[in-house]
Amino acid sequence: MTPAIYPCPLPGGAAAQEYALTFDASRKYRVLIAPALFDEGHKLRRFTVEVMRRLDGAGIDCVLPDLPGLNESEQDLALIEPEDWRMALEAAARHFEATHVLALRGGGLVLPGKLGGWHYAPVKGASLLKTMLRARIIASREAGREETLESLMDQGLAMGLELAGYSLSGEMLRQLGELVPGKQPGITAIEHELLGGGPLWLRAEADEDRAQADALAAIIAVGVEA
Amino acid sequence: MDTTDRKLRTILADVLGLKPDQVADFTADTGLFGDLPELDSMAVAGLLTEMEDRLEILIDEDEIDGDVFETYGSLLAFTRAKQDTG
Repeated sequence: MTPAIYPCPLPGGAAAQEYALTFDASRKYRVLIAPALFDEGHKLRRFTVEVMRRLDGAGIDCVLPDLPGLNESEQDLALIEPEDWRMALEAAARHFEATHVLALRGGGLVLPGKLGGWHYAPVKGASLLKTMLRARIIASREAGREETLESLMDQGLAMGLELAGYSLSGEMLRQLGELVPGKQPGITAIEHELLGGGPLWLRAEADEDRAQADALAAIIAVGVEA
Repeated sequence: MDTTDRKLRTILADVLGLKPDQVADFTADTGLFGDLPELDSMAVAGLLTEMEDRLEILIDEDEIDGDVFETYGSLLAFTRAKQDTG
């Protein structure tokens, strides 16, 4: 496992250097991982890397890039839109010469074009957004402030909103709410039920599950040869 | 144990990282929100979204207060009421 960097395009034509975690031995198959987004990205981080370890063991290169504004990125998330993530993944796919893509959860909403691959546990952007809005409403209520979905969205679309510790612009909120999985040809959905066990992104405390990592890596390892 | 009861226990097991036999031991009086510090606002929000998906109900944020999550029994009663009206 090696940390690498890749040139990531930014809004307005600038570029940044973003981190990527790689298992790179210049092998035939090279899988780009499109990570889960926001809080789910943290909850699934260890699972993601465990899947990568297994792919490496199966003789498959893989790379997990940071998206601008998330994980170790120093970019201001409030200036980022989903389209920027798509461009970042396209840049990472080019830079690391990916042959396939494996997206997890919300990562499959911003797939780079052209690459075929898989989307684990697809989710609508609206569903991710609703869960984060709810978390804010619940936290606010505990603090004695009443907020509603409608008032938060109105406020957010006009001037941006902080949800679950993430600063999201109005444009991010608008685009995220409209993104749906399953639009891209060549991408096979892998429903969570195929892996067995409880979904790790739901865990209140981040956890791991070896059997699930085994199962997902096995599907990919067989799939790249198909 | 009917389907709703079973599904709700499975969702809680998924959120709390519990084994099936642990959630099978939940009674109506088993404490949830106040007794389980790991059940923070993000976890509760994920739980609600999952309940909507798996139990085919729609939950309005206005209906969610501490009482609903006080015990397993109160959460199950809330879910059944939503299914009856939904």
